[in-house]
Amino acid sequence: MASKSSLKNMALCLSLVCLVCSALLAVTYAVTVEPIAAAAQAKTNATIAKVLPAFSGDPVLGTVEVEGTEYPYYKTDTGYAVMVTTSGFGGPLTVMVGVDNDGIIHNTAVLSHSETPGLGAKCGTDEKFIGQFRGFDPKAKKLVVKNDGGDVDAITASTITSRAYTLAVAVAVKASAVLNGSAAGSDAVTGASRPAEPAPAETVTDNGGQENE
Amino acid sequence: MEDRKMSNKFSLITDGLVKNNPTFVLVLGICPTLATTTSAINGMEMGLATMFVLILSNIFISLIAPMVPDKVRIPTYIVVIATFVTLLQLLMQAFVPDVYATLGLFIPLIVVNCIVLGRAEAFANKNSVGDSALDGIGVGLGFTLSLTVIGIVREILGSGSVFGWKFVAGDGILAFVMAPGAFIVLGYLLVLFNKFLAKK
Repeated sequence: MASKSSLKNMALCLSLVCLVCSALLAVTYAVTVEPIAAAAQAKTNATIAKVLPAFSGDPVLGTVEVEGTEYPYYKTDTGYAVMVTTSGFGGPLTVMVGVDNDGIIHNTAVLSHSETPGLGAKCGTDEKFIGQFRGFDPKAKKLVVKNDGGDVDAITASTITSRAYTLAVAVAVKASAVLNGSAAGSDAVTGASRPAEPAPAETVTDNGGQENE
Repeated sequence: MEDRKMSNKFSLITDGLVKNNPTFVLVLGICPTLATTTSAINGMEMGLATMFVLILSNIFISLIAPMVPDKVRIPTYIVVIATFVTLLQLLMQAFVPDVYATLGLFIPLIVVNCIVLGRAEAFANKNSVGDSALDGIGVGLGFTLSLTVIGIVREILGSGSVFGWKFVAGDGILAFVMAPGAFIVLGYLLVLFNKFLAKK
């Protein structure tokens, strides 16, 4: 029933099938690209509202550099929501951390993860774990899991995930310290994007370093 | 292809559920079975996602099978299956992002799920489009049901809940949420299923 396996037939068949399949995918992509972006945006906005105290106006997107890596953040009038990606157990773990204007962590939320379902994946839902970051004062307590001598209780059987999550929160705290430091001088966003003025940028790093010792 | 009677059409679906049950009889697609059945709802969603791909790839492959030269059969099928999986992935991201977030990396793995390729090889390429669609529904339902049952058992033992409804405070027997529990539950369910089947 199948056609003969000559080179011509095989090449023709594979090319045709690939052509039809790519056309199908192209159409699907065109149809879904907007809903996907909208869904992602809606999720981001909902997450910002979750990790920060009630704010007015739209959050403004910017990037902040901490120890050589750039992190995106959203600025609102009640604080910063910093997005940090670290290595979890199953792959990258992206966490959004809301730090209010006093440098206290308001709340944290998982944006994306590839952790084991039922174990590390609980970092997004386990109230015992995420609850302890709420109102966490990084100046009074140590943002390191208890196994490593800090003040954060790890999720049962998911120390690597907990470590990654805690590291992300710690980086976000550093980022917000950098942001708050620069905000004292001038507006954070413009200050960071003006490489022509090295002086304020230097003070910024100094402040950040001292605050996080 | 001679016309099948109504009862035969129906048996195409029930075969997938019982006689050709992909998990408990054919023991195919064990990777997603073990990995995603940590809870009843996860197992069910994974089963439905696989069923979607299975039905579409069965239909498409039975359509093109007469034109495909034997030697490039497998690559052709894989391209078709991969296309439908990517399609599913895009659609899920767009319209049910929460489900996509829970199933995450297991959706792309449907491509290499041997149930899908197995049904293409064993059924779709020698049967009519309608029968292939029914076979896809039957085997897909069988897979969904098996995954849901395994998920229910593992969720009860491992988290003390069913479909997210918690009846025991705190954690269950954590091992059942992890890989060893998946093997144990699958093993016992296999025994039960086949004992029941042998009696019939």
